[in-house]
Formats: sequence, structure tokens, C-alpha cells
Amino acid sequence: MRVGIPRSLFYFYYFPLWKTFFEGLGATVVTSSWTNRQTVECGLLSAVDEACFPIKVCFGHVKELCSQELDFIFIPRLVSVENRSYICPKFMGLPDMVRALIPGLPEIIDITIDLSRNSRALEKDLLKVGRRFGKDRRVTRLAYNQGLAEWRQCIRLCRQGYTMAEAVRIWDGEEVTLPAANSLNIGVLGHGYSLYDRMISMNLIDRLRQLGCQVQVVENLDQALVEAKAGEIPKRVFWTLGRKAVGGALLLDSQPHVDGIVYLACFGCGPDSMIGEMISRKVYRKPFMMLTIDEHTGEAGLVTRLEAFCDMLQRKKAINL
Amino acid sequence: MKITFPAMGHMNIAVKSLLSGLKLDVVPPPPISKRTFELGIKNSPEFACLPLKINVGNFIEAMEQGADTIVMVGGWGPCRFGYYAQVERDILEGLGYHFKMIVLEAPDSRLPDLADQVRNLGENVSLGEAIKAIRFAWHKLSAIERLERRLDYVLPRAWEKSQAEMLYDRAIADIDAAENWEQVRDLARHAEQALGALPLSKETPLKIGLVGEIYTLLEPAANYDICRLIGRMGVEVCRSIYLTDWLNDHLLGGLVKKSVRRHLRQYTYPYLNHWVGGHGWETVGNAVQFARMKCDGVIQVGPLTCMPEIVAQSILPSISAREGIPAMTLWFDELSATAGLVTRLEAFVDMIQRKKLVNYEQVKEA
Ligand code: SF4
Ligand code: SF4
Repeated sequence: MRVGIPRSLFYFYYFPLWKTFFEGLGATVVTSSWTNRQTVECGLLSAVDEACFPIKVCFGHVKELCSQELDFIFIPRLVSVENRSYICPKFMGLPDMVRALIPGLPEIIDITIDLSRNSRALEKDLLKVGRRFGKDRRVTRLAYNQGLAEWRQCIRLCRQGYTMAEAVRIWDGEEVTLPAANSLNIGVLGHGYSLYDRMISMNLIDRLRQLGCQVQVVENLDQALVEAKAGEIPKRVFWTLGRKAVGGALLLDSQPHVDGIVYLACFGCGPDSMIGEMISRKVYRKPFMMLTIDEHTGEAGLVTRLEAFCDMLQRKKAINL
Repeated sequence: MKITFPAMGHMNIAVKSLLSGLKLDVVPPPPISKRTFELGIKNSPEFACLPLKINVGNFIEAMEQGADTIVMVGGWGPCRFGYYAQVERDILEGLGYHFKMIVLEAPDSRLPDLADQVRNLGENVSLGEAIKAIRFAWHKLSAIERLERRLDYVLPRAWEKSQAEMLYDRAIADIDAAENWEQVRDLARHAEQALGALPLSKETPLKIGLVGEIYTLLEPAANYDICRLIGRMGVEVCRSIYLTDWLNDHLLGGLVKKSVRRHLRQYTYPYLNHWVGGHGWETVGNAVQFARMKCDGVIQVGPLTCMPEIVAQSILPSISAREGIPAMTLWFDELSATAGLVTRLEAFVDMIQRKKLVNYEQVKEA
């Protein structure tokens, strides 16, 4: 049996988990290609105009998978990955949106991942998936636990300076080398599925590295410290990625060796509109730049802004030395 | 203490009456105007949804009139609304205003909790007085909604549309000013009779179901008064959200009347199988329900970038195809213009009119 996993959205955080899980059930996992021009164009055609760029891109990936011989396509309903927090309303309706707008889909595995209260419902869903592959309780549990173990390995890799996406690539057998120590130290924040998708972010992270920056993303930081900083906000931020971004920004702001902070937001993104606002108000020690992008953003403009920002940081650093 | 609150359609009248009943000095937000929009837009994050921007405009204008305390409601996601109060506070403090903000975090609370929270707001009011204030506010709201339903029926049929609107508007203003329950009852009764006495056309008008995000549905300033625009075209509006239903479901735990939310499940399957925050799930359910009630069309409204409504919008075409109902989505932001809106509405109405005629002729031929 072949299961397709779109290389978008949750892929950038959870691919190792689900790949291991499905392989543990005896399936072959097929992914779409890395986002490219064609993915974007397909996505723009199939999603509604008002959707945010990452969702459109996801539609492009699903479209691509539709042309393959698949038994299933995995589009989970990612409601919540931790206690009393969410990702985004659009993630909660993703399988239904895809089903309504993309004809000719293979059967969708759309289990609901909602850990906002407990994991019981998820476990039930997982067992149901296992049964579709003819596997019993024990095998399914084992596959899932193995998946979790692989995923944790990636999280550990991140602490060595890799982004989550790079960790996933290393896990998947690719070789990734981090650039040697650089002169500027920049914190880069945003939703991983836009930040780490080289098409969506126009290769933001590598560009910064080429400009002589050591890049830090939220997964590189000590998670306990990130949470502690996020806890300083009067009302708990109920978006998981948003909370980490706020905590990460405050933490980076307080670290002497950090030179500047960049936040990558998407046009029309709900959480970004609030989180970006909060961060730009609360970060006061370091220079802060907010980049807002969508499918119409020109690469040249982005490069110019990045260069100007880095120049400014270099000059600032020279004065302070 | 001079207290103010965010505007949302007729909710204003109820909240004003409630807070006065708690012996508070109320400064209601001035009617939403172009200036309210401008203030809100200038001072809010560019990509925030429209209700937040209008809230900010409301608060600034109310504080200019002396308000020093703001009541807001909170929530715990997944949508932006749960974080409105925090961001709004930051914005206003950044502008140099000094004020106190009281956030009612009452998403799942029961009536006694609410009564308690409300009572704590007030100064030296007994629980009995608090309950009385709540009930009076509820009466006003129910009376207004009865009239609203009446107007929705009368407006498309009336020959003298402005007459109908005038009667209604005057009644609402009078109810707003009313001081006791009997007055409210009499005013509502009179207005209903007056509306009922207007000469009406005998033809059955087309019917359009209106679904979407709650603020945009309820606040005429946020939807360019779409209900009236549709009504004046001689088309009857079927509303999906009434405030009393919503409050009953969300704040009062279904205490006052039967929940309207529960029965939606039969309509949302198989289209949308999970709630998605905001009103996305209700939008889908109501659209299907309107289709099965044989409405002639459905219009979805929401503020631009509204996440739950984008989910619903994505699903609407398949509802439209499977249930056989024309559907249209209208997004509102600060740049929308009434002229463009009227053109789109007219085109939609033309289309459903033609569709109806075609169906009718098919029936005749058969
Ligand atoms: S969080 Fe933002 S970018 Fe991500 S799916 Fe939601 S709206 Fe789109
Ligand atoms: S439901 Fe829509 S309008 Fe309401 S907070 Fe969410 S995005 Fe904004």
C-alpha cells in the first residue's frame, strides 16, 4: 500500500513521525517534490484566492500527489499538539477544504490530532488507521512509538544548530553542512512551514547565511527558556507556533550575542497579524525586521531589504566594538 | 468610573442597558462612522481582521468622550478573537491612553458564573439587582429581534420601503431609551402593528440566506448594511444568527431556550467534520440548512482574511453543487465600497431570478 504525504505544512515538523508510523504499518511512503514553481501554480489554481500562501502551496502538493498511484493520502486534521493550544483554524479544516476543492483524490486518511485535553481520541484514530492496513493494536502502537522516537531524535539535532527542516533532511539521509561561524548573529522566527520551505521564504535562511549571518531559529533555543519568556506575556498565547515565536523573540532580545531579529509573516495570516504586532512592540533591545510575503512578493525586494538590514547591523556592531 | 464597550449591532442597546442597570456610568461607543474606521485602521496592525480595527476606533472615540474603563470579552482560541483584548490594550497604551480594561473570560460559563462576573463589574449591586439588569437587557434584545424579523419580512414586500425603515428605526431608538419592561413591550407591539399595516406586494419574493462571521453579520457598519440593501431590492433576507440564540448557546449554556447549535450537525456532515473556530462550522451548517429550506441563494459574509470563513468559503462550492443552491462570498474590509457591493448583489439576484424561472418553466413543461 502506498501512502502519499504532501511536503508542506506539518511535513516540516512531523515527517519523521508519520513516515516511521506508516512504514511500521507496512506501507510505502511517497512524498511530493519540494515546493517549486509548478506546485505554486497548481496551488493558486485550486485553492480559494483568499487563502494564505502556505495553504495554497499545500493544495499544490496535494494536486501533485493526485497524479501518482496511491492508495491513501495523509492529510491529518491538526487541531492541537499540546495542552490547550491550537495551530490555526485552517489546519482544523484542511482535510475538508481539500476534499471540497480537489477532485480525483485518493482516499484521505484524515485522523484528528487533538492533544488539547488528552491523547485518547488520537489513540483511537491511530488504531483505526492501523486496522485499515490490517494491523492490530500492538503493531500500531509500536509503529507510533517508534515514530515518536525518531521525531525526538530530530528535535535533538535541532539543538546543534540545525533548523527543524534540516534535521528532517538529515534524518531522511541527506547531508547538510552548516556554514562556519559567522560575524552576525540573527534570530529568525516565523511559521516553520513558510520559513523552511525554500520556495515560500525565497530561501531566507540560506540567504542570511550567505550574507554572513549565523542564523538561530526557535528550535535551536533552550525550550524551557523559550517557554519561560513566553510566560511573561500577561495572557498565554494559545497558538503553539505563535507562543514559541513570542518566547523566542523575547529570549533572543535578552541575549547579548544576538545582533538582530527577523520575523517572516505571511500576508493574510491570522496568527501572524497578532503575533507580529506583539513581537514588534515587545522587542526593544535589538533591531527587528518584519518581512511579509506572499506569492506576489518579488525576490529582488526581499534581497535588498535583507542586505540593508545586515549592513545596518554590521555598522552598529562596528560602532559598539 | 466611566465604562465603555465595543460596538456590535444591537448588542449595544442591551449592553448599555445592562451596565446602567448595574449603576455604572456608561459611555456607549459613538455610532461607527468614517472616522471610527480611520482611527481603527491607522492604529491597528495592518493585517488584523476588521472587527479588531473597529473595536480600536470605538475605544478611542469613547475615551475622547471621557470613558476610562473598557469591558471586553476574551476567549481561548483558536481564532484571533481570544487575543483581541490583549492586542487592543497594547495599542491603546502605546497611544498614551490611561484606562482600565476588564476582560470577561466567559466562554463556557454558566448563568450563575456570568451573573457573578457581571455583578462584580457593578458597584454595590445586589445579586437580585444584577439579575434584574440582565433580564431587562435580555427583554430589550428579544424585542428588537422580533422587530428585526418583522422588518426582514416587510421590507422586500412593502411598496413604501423607506416608510418601513423609518418605523423600524424609530422603534429601535425608542426601545433603546425605554426604562422599563412594560415600555419595551408596548413599543415593540406598536411598531409591529404599524409595520404590519403597511401595504405589501402579494408576490412571493426571492429568499437569500445570509451566513458568515458573526460580527460582520450583526454590525451594519461592517457589512455596509447588506440586509437593507438586499431588502430594498425586493429580496427577503433569512438570517442565520440571532444574538439571543448566540448568547443562549454560548453564555447561558442553553438555559433560556433550546440550543440552535446542536441540530446543525445533521447539516455539516459530510462537508465539514470538525469545528474550526469563529463561525466557520456554523456557516457551513447554515448554508446547507438554507439550501434544504429552499432558499434561492446563500451569501456568505466575513472580514477579509477571516480564517474560519476561508475554510467555509472553500467548502461552499461543493455545497452549492450538491445541494443545488447558488452561493456567493463577500469579503469586507476598509476598502470595500457600497457601489461595488450593490453591483455584485444585483448580479447575484439576477442570476438566482433566472435560475428560478428556468426551473419553473421546466416544471411547467413536464
Ligand atoms: S497560521 Fe497563518 S500561514 Fe499558517 S495556515 Fe494559518 S493563516 Fe495560514
Ligand atoms: S473569526 Fe474571523 S473576524 Fe473573528 S477573530 Fe477570527 S479571523 Fe477575526
